[in-house]
Amino acid sequence: MEEQNLAIRVHGLHKSYQKLQVLKGVDFDVASGSIFALLGSNGAGKTTIVRILATLLKPDDGTASVNGFDVLSQPARVRESISLTGQFAAVDEILTGRENLVMIAKLRQVEHPRRVADDLLERFGLADAAGRRVATYSGGMRRRLDIAMSLIGDPPVIFLDEPTTGLDPEGRIEVWQVIQNLADSGTTVLLTTQYLEEAEKLADRIAILHEGTIIVSGTLAELRELLPSAKVEYVERQPTLEEVFLAIVGSDKTPENDKERQ
Amino acid sequence: MSAHSFSNTSVMLGRSVRHVTRSMDTIITVTIMPIAFMLLFVYVFGGAIQAGTDNYVNYLMPGILLIAIASGIAYTSYRLFNDLQSGIFERFHSMPIARSSVLWGHVLTSLVANAISVVIIILVGLLMGFRSSAGVLAWLAVAGILVLFTLALTWVAVISGLSASSPDGASAFSYPLIFLPFVSSAFVPTDTMPGPVRAFAENQPVTSIVNTIRALLEEQPVGSDIWIALAWCVGILIVAYAFAMVAYRRKIA
Repeated sequence: MEEQNLAIRVHGLHKSYQKLQVLKGVDFDVASGSIFALLGSNGAGKTTIVRILATLLKPDDGTASVNGFDVLSQPARVRESISLTGQFAAVDEILTGRENLVMIAKLRQVEHPRRVADDLLERFGLADAAGRRVATYSGGMRRRLDIAMSLIGDPPVIFLDEPTTGLDPEGRIEVWQVIQNLADSGTTVLLTTQYLEEAEKLADRIAILHEGTIIVSGTLAELRELLPSAKVEYVERQPTLEEVFLAIVGSDKTPENDKERQ
Repeated sequence: MSAHSFSNTSVMLGRSVRHVTRSMDTIITVTIMPIAFMLLFVYVFGGAIQAGTDNYVNYLMPGILLIAIASGIAYTSYRLFNDLQSGIFERFHSMPIARSSVLWGHVLTSLVANAISVVIIILVGLLMGFRSSAGVLAWLAVAGILVLFTLALTWVAVISGLSASSPDGASAFSYPLIFLPFVSSAFVPTDTMPGPVRAFAENQPVTSIVNTIRALLEEQPVGSDIWIALAWCVGILIVAYAFAMVAYRRKIA
């Protein structure tokens, strides 16, 4: 990968909380406009990496840069380049969906905050719920609003920290489509997840974080090559419970449709 | 303050003022206890209290307002604590905005919410016979002292909101503050109190603030009380602000 095409560079990152060593030398690069999935179990340090990249936490050692700006020496420039969508949807429950978007638009000082908000509400299928307080939204609606808030100001890099944790299957597929559309329009996406299927479906490159270091990293095909080549077996394929669920509730966003779009 | 941070702060203020106006119960719970104290002291104890005044409502109004503010600031801790818990605090801090606007939004909202409570209590006081012939300047001075007192206690509330580990913990610090006016000149003159209690009452912040506000409303000379009151408010403000900044830096890199 060429230097200038790297949206995120992480080198030798260390971080401890008191005696607990969370990151023990993490290295990875993310190409501009790609989806990079950071895979790991709970407590592996995924959120710690995202917090360091979002300038919310200082590393003990190592360097990290986002969009060419160092997180320690140019934090303000990093913040101009990113948006963070947290593990627990950071939306204001007391405000309405539209008010949340207008608030972020005003903070980012974009022109015509109300028009920006209305466009996003339309795009994310929240126009009907725009005037309702977010406290009344479903988990999927909340997460879509959360991601919509992150898009304001068109930041070139977006961090999605476990964007589908706690969502039902329909909500998860909705969020996947949003992420795919983002990458298609040139945004760099750093995604953390504990769902292998999610990384497999979305990511251009996948890194597995385990006990504080990246143990493997590469494309899905490269990761597959780490194991013995596939054997051809005859398996009677039963519909998965997810397919049954989605067929019965009558959603058109079945996983099959979703795959065709990719 | 730059134009950028001014704009950010006004957005933050607009946000948390909406939180207040959409949960008017927070204003009601703040005003109901001081009003209950006012009713209790005027109509139950008042007849037996020798305060050396013919209008006891006038006498206790300053102390009642301080109790209202001391309980009102607990909601600032609570709202700040909720922002930290929900993750919106981190969202704001990862954005290209003036980071100070996040705290200042809450602090200014505290001033707005407490001003609403104070006005409601004064209106109830008027119904109960509170009267003042003080002019505009004296009222402005009273407002100024109350704003300074609110600001000082709000920064104490910020420390608690930033460092608490539960919503109850975030607001519990205000209980002792609510009772401070009882051991002061707010309800009875301090000269009837036994020695050590009297010494405490006369040298704690509430007495000088109460005496100053009472003198301003009664058009009496404020004497040295106003300077002692201002020194207390500014002193608490500076110390609380310094500790709030320490708590803040521990939360955010």
